[in-house]
Amino acid sequence: MRGILGFAGYVPHHRLDRAAITAASGTNAGKGTRSVASYDEDTTTMAVEAGRLALRPLGEGARSLPGALWFSSTAPAYVDKTNATVVHAALRLDHEASAFDANGSVRSAVGALRSALRGNDTVLVVASDMRTGLPTSTDEREGGDAAAALLVGDGTDATPVLAEYLGGASVTEEFLDRWRTPGDVRSKQWEERFGEMEYVPLGQEAFKLALADTGVDAESIGQVVVAGTHSRAVRVTGAKVSAGTGGLAEDLAATVGNPGAAQPALLLAHALERASADEVVALVVLADGADVLLFRATEALDRHQPARLVGAQITAGRDDLRYLQFLSWNAMVTIEPPRRPEPARASSSAAARNEGWKYGLVGSRDRSSGALHLPPARVSFRGGAADDMEPVPMADALGTIVTYTIDRLAYSPSPPIVFAVVDFDEPTGGRLPVELTDVDAAEVAIGQRVEMTFRRLNRSDGIQNYFWKAKPVRTDPPAGTDDPQEDDQ
Amino acid sequence: MSSHGIKDKVAIVGMGCTTFKEHWDKGADDLMIDATSEAFASAGIAKADVDAYWLGTAQSGMSGITLAAPLKLENKPVTRVENYCASGSEALRQAAYAVASGAYDVAMAVGVEKVKDSGYQGLNAFPIPNDGTARGLTAAAMFSLIVPAYAQRYGVDEDELKRVLAGIASKNHYNGARNPRAQFRKEMGVDAICNAPAVAGRLGVFDCAGVADGSAAAIVVRAEDAHRYTDKPLYIKALSFVAGNGSGVIDPGYDYTSFPEVEASARDAYAQAGITDPRHELAMAEVHDCFTPTELVLMEDLGFSDRGQAWKDEQAGVFDLVGELPVNPDGGLKSFGHPVGASGLRMHFENWLQLRGEAPEDRRILTTDGPSGRHLGLVHNLGGYPGEMVSFVSILGTELG
Repeated sequence: MRGILGFAGYVPHHRLDRAAITAASGTNAGKGTRSVASYDEDTTTMAVEAGRLALRPLGEGARSLPGALWFSSTAPAYVDKTNATVVHAALRLDHEASAFDANGSVRSAVGALRSALRGNDTVLVVASDMRTGLPTSTDEREGGDAAAALLVGDGTDATPVLAEYLGGASVTEEFLDRWRTPGDVRSKQWEERFGEMEYVPLGQEAFKLALADTGVDAESIGQVVVAGTHSRAVRVTGAKVSAGTGGLAEDLAATVGNPGAAQPALLLAHALERASADEVVALVVLADGADVLLFRATEALDRHQPARLVGAQITAGRDDLRYLQFLSWNAMVTIEPPRRPEPARASSSAAARNEGWKYGLVGSRDRSSGALHLPPARVSFRGGAADDMEPVPMADALGTIVTYTIDRLAYSPSPPIVFAVVDFDEPTGGRLPVELTDVDAAEVAIGQRVEMTFRRLNRSDGIQNYFWKAKPVRTDPPAGTDDPQEDDQ
Repeated sequence: MSSHGIKDKVAIVGMGCTTFKEHWDKGADDLMIDATSEAFASAGIAKADVDAYWLGTAQSGMSGITLAAPLKLENKPVTRVENYCASGSEALRQAAYAVASGAYDVAMAVGVEKVKDSGYQGLNAFPIPNDGTARGLTAAAMFSLIVPAYAQRYGVDEDELKRVLAGIASKNHYNGARNPRAQFRKEMGVDAICNAPAVAGRLGVFDCAGVADGSAAAIVVRAEDAHRYTDKPLYIKALSFVAGNGSGVIDPGYDYTSFPEVEASARDAYAQAGITDPRHELAMAEVHDCFTPTELVLMEDLGFSDRGQAWKDEQAGVFDLVGELPVNPDGGLKSFGHPVGASGLRMHFENWLQLRGEAPEDRRILTTDGPSGRHLGLVHNLGGYPGEMVSFVSILGTELG
């Protein structure tokens, strides 16, 4: 049996209340919120978070499962250089697992997923996107930032298929509905009616072909997930193809917005979190053609404990982001930088030497004294033993704030810096002085519980400087960790 | 830690110190020329009489040429040393050891920093290429971590502790107001200090040392030669230095209420000098008050106060100019600002003035007075951060033995 072995969505902590756009612009931006990647997030860091959440329930061995990693985004942090290799390093995938980008178009994400499903390798398919538009535009208010990860492969007893891939269909046509020139901050769209006229028949056709391909009839479909950047075409297609089925899945438009290339996998993950054994879920993607993929939930899905539900992440977010801050995070406006020297660019060779620490957050433990070294060291600070260390992965460790400070003077793309000394729980233990993120300076307290998150510390000379920060534990502790302390957030 | 020390083998026979301020009209070259000229005159010698030079600067120049070029030294050995904010003290340590070894008869230690040419407020370290994972915090933020930790460990209310810290700043401003070489010469009350804008954690602007340019210099000779140069030499009783290994930053056992490197260097210095009760044997101390909580913790690490008692001693005025043990009678980093490479030698300069009875009347310490007057002074100079620092301690005295 082939299908989905693991899945997770990642929704960043911040939301922009559309009322904030209305208040600033005077034009009615509608109700609800959109999700916003923080100033220290990009599509790569969000992909890492989604990948971590997808693999975590499968145990420490899960990182050895993928033979390949595919990363898709319309807003990659780099071109020329592969972004998937950063995700690969942060997830500590096997050296022999390949990592590729399928970037640029919204459709590339469903393309990577479809290829993975139709192949025979175990593939981690990650889609991550940040949707920008000019101030007051439809894309600005209806877009969203998010990521999702799907682990695709043949099931085993240890890693059973959670949602069997039943088959699907794909139809392709060349027409210009939506486009963006590389480097531009906005997309443009042809007259809305034209796209609707193109997409709706394509969606219906692909849906019909998919039913024929799988032998599934409409009545046995529990949820229909429809994704696409043409919201009217999505709505009309959804109404037509879901007729006679169990109905449309939630589109998260009122909370997350439309996260472009990440939307199909995010909505599918969200639907699977609500599905039970034997339920058929149809994924319909309208993007320069139409793709339909059909899945059937297995009994293993009923037993599956997701690391963190999409719904829980939505609930835990905060919606008080100021519109000006949103604009500055998206580089739509430039605000006065701190009057401190900007950080120097990270050294490529030093980063390569320290890949395990910088990307994987792997420290070292002195075998004789047990002292944990963050970053890893060759000589122990306790006892002085040399070159007798074992690696200790720290990314999934939970910790407690021992002391903290708020630095109003240091350089930060979004001051002030909130910084804490964190002691990690056993079994790893250890201490790390580390920057906090997704945190309100006024809410930090000694004793607060934190978890680690992969972020971009800064950017210099075009080099994205990635490393780890800590953030308050806001939703249920990750599955598989035994958190004895109540979260007071 | 074992060190033999060089007690009474080397004496300071001449010193110079510029005013510390924003010297927009002077570069590092000018400052070094001014400080060394004063030191030469003080010892009654010329630059050619000095056999070897050590220059402490964090980032105002590289190599001995930084000093040799402006002074136009001819065929002299000049060594540039750097040890964070203790670079000036490190220069003195090297010069003293060079004389003690017999390699040279006369050596000079110079410290300088031209900070105000960077275009940014505060001290900004020259970046060394790295993997991008290093902390990017200001020193103020790192030292502010002490405040909640100290308050929690000793059960002090944080608001009360904030006022104690402001009292330290106020004391140093009081002293600095009486020092013509100081950058800030205005007394500051506790309320005004408490109400200043926040910089990091509980620290406000006036909890932080200022930023200034400056230079200071000292000439050292063998003790037996000292009276050829001055009637009032200042003997070196102890020189101690500890470079921490950074383990405090990652050791869950470290609680941010002490500086182990300072404790270790103080212990070594007291052993060298034969001091067992520093609070009552020392006439004064110049300590590294880069931030007010630093001075608080130093009182305990240097053995002036028992653990958890420094905040009470500060309130009781123990370390005031006319207190039991005057600390920073010149106004400290608080009043002088902190030209990194110069500060350590500036601290020695105040010992030079006070212990030899040359401090002006309005900020003269009283602990040296009378037949039972004390004649030992201490310099403490640190660099780095809680958990990861270098610490220097010297003991100086006007009498042999």
